[in-house]
Amino acid sequence: MNIHEYQARALLKAQGIPMLDGDVASTPTEAEAIARRLGGTVVIKAQVHAGGRGKAGGVKLARNPAEALDHASEILGMRIKGLEVHKVLVVPAAEIATESYVGLIMDRDSQRPVFMVSAAGGVDIEEVASTNPEKITRLPVDPTHGLFPHQSLALAFSLYRDFNQVKAAARIMEQLYAAFVANGCSLAEINPLVTTPDGRVLALDAKIVIDDNELFWRPDLGLLRDDTAEEPSEAAARRANLSFIKLEGNVGCVVNGAGLAMATMDLVKYYGGEPANFLDIGGSSSPEKVINALKIITADPRVKAILFNIFGGITRTDDVANGIVAATRQFKVGVPIVIRLTGTNEAEAIRILEAAGMTALSDMDEAVQRVVTLAREAA
Amino acid sequence: MSIFADARTRLVVQGITGREGSFHAKQMLEYGTNVVAGVTPGKGGQTFEGKVPIFNTVADAVAATGANCGVIYVPPMAAAGAVFEAADAGIPLIVCITEGIPVMHMSRVMPFVRNRGVRLIGPNCPGLITPGARAKVGIIPGNICAPGRVGMVSRSGTLTYEVVNHLTRSGIGQSTCVGIGGDPVIGTNFIDCLRAFQEDPETDAIVMIGEIGGTDEQKAAEFVSQHVTKPVVGFIAGQTAPKGRRMGHAGAIISGSSGTAEEKLAAFSAAGVGIMKRPADVIPLLRQRLRLK
Repeated sequence: MNIHEYQARALLKAQGIPMLDGDVASTPTEAEAIARRLGGTVVIKAQVHAGGRGKAGGVKLARNPAEALDHASEILGMRIKGLEVHKVLVVPAAEIATESYVGLIMDRDSQRPVFMVSAAGGVDIEEVASTNPEKITRLPVDPTHGLFPHQSLALAFSLYRDFNQVKAAARIMEQLYAAFVANGCSLAEINPLVTTPDGRVLALDAKIVIDDNELFWRPDLGLLRDDTAEEPSEAAARRANLSFIKLEGNVGCVVNGAGLAMATMDLVKYYGGEPANFLDIGGSSSPEKVINALKIITADPRVKAILFNIFGGITRTDDVANGIVAATRQFKVGVPIVIRLTGTNEAEAIRILEAAGMTALSDMDEAVQRVVTLAREAA
Repeated sequence: MSIFADARTRLVVQGITGREGSFHAKQMLEYGTNVVAGVTPGKGGQTFEGKVPIFNTVADAVAATGANCGVIYVPPMAAAGAVFEAADAGIPLIVCITEGIPVMHMSRVMPFVRNRGVRLIGPNCPGLITPGARAKVGIIPGNICAPGRVGMVSRSGTLTYEVVNHLTRSGIGQSTCVGIGGDPVIGTNFIDCLRAFQEDPETDAIVMIGEIGGTDEQKAAEFVSQHVTKPVVGFIAGQTAPKGRRMGHAGAIISGSSGTAEEKLAAFSAAGVGIMKRPADVIPLLRQRLRLK
């Protein structure tokens, strides 16, 4: 789960990481008031889940409260990579001597949290990683023991020579690690970590991604979710406990299991169609899940045909058949449905469908070819 | 032979009285798996289905029954604890079915099981099945499998069933099918399974089902080119997946430009792995490589 910069700042600040005072505003007048309270030049920053905010005009300097009001009016409501800006962060403009990058990610290869630290900061770290990998110091942390003092010092020494700054940065490394663990992060990043002309070390921007699997037992973290930053159909699917991702095509897909759902999308493409979505209805599929899935898919006017691809292992295919029949009685689907089901309780499922005037195929390739043809004819 | 699970498997089911655990314990018993014990704290002394003794702890179960394999069906927040418990009780093979375990929990589990020489399969996996020995550890439907000499390893559940179903219907049986799981941090990876299948005298060919995200398939391809002499065919799910989105499985995500299907298929190609463009291709590819009719 992505959270906004202002929320990430709060989580880092709670661990004691030094940063400039600032606040978040939802209206231009709120932004003006914050700028007045902070005094001096401030930065107005759009709060959206998208990179490249600066280039898109979502980050602006304001020399006084009146300018803060103007810039906040421009930025609030603008769209960056399709996402509308609902909030701006107002922070004092820092005087910067040096900029560095400090990131902590959950690394798949080492199966541990890994620090990535670079004196080449304030830039796209992925670009540095591919063009100048030697400029990045990597340090895996054994989560059983946590970050050792000598490790945080070594990371800090890779950034600074001044020992006071080294000590300050080492402390920030420890605090970042503590924030990472405390909030179940898969990524926690300070970019840039700056030094000021008077020698202080400060976090200027923060980014945090929270492991979705933590949310179940950490409702406090779940509260940080911004529903408005999501595609509405995806937010609706999440509330219905469906794993759904919206795509651009016209063939709606309802599948059980993530791997089979991806393979189904791929097969739609293979036979010349375009999938409209990824959707995994999960293992134990109640008829209600099927109804919700159909509602979400048919809300998209681009969808011209829908494919059910169900391999009954734990999923009972008769449950899915009941769901399809109930859904078509509850509301008008409006586009043709192709059903492929095989496995657990298949005979019962076919009986349920046939009683409602529907048929089912047992072969995946045949079903995908048929739905692609139907979508093409309707388009 | 086969790999990991066979006729000598003596299984303890952790979470045997829960909704998922009891359903699948019954299925495993029906299939013929030697389920020797169940564990649910507080229910020690009871029996499951009138025949499987239930214990309060895995250590008690091991002491009383000689269990040598554990399968975990406990909820996400208790699952890492269940792995620690099984490893601590000396279980050498632990299969964790549970989906939704925080990655940080798994990051702490892995050094612990490694230091004890324990093999962990999963989490977020369907487990494994050796049809020839009637040994099923997990949730793979037994009725779609048949005994034979093709080894399968996969990051997915239902997609595995789809491919196994093609094999069985075409008369191609399986030595062992292993689901290694869809999470970013897992115990047993492709290479572990490839090595075991290569060494297994009862496996003639290997089917590898991967997906987008991470570099496990790329490393597996490298391993195939250096150490595997048996024919290998492979599939990668997620060729149409957008970047940066988690496709159901926590591990199925293209980060930046790394972990794409193209990159994995190119690695397969370079290693001589037969590429399945769609699940049904498994049949002609295996027939060709095994010179079957």
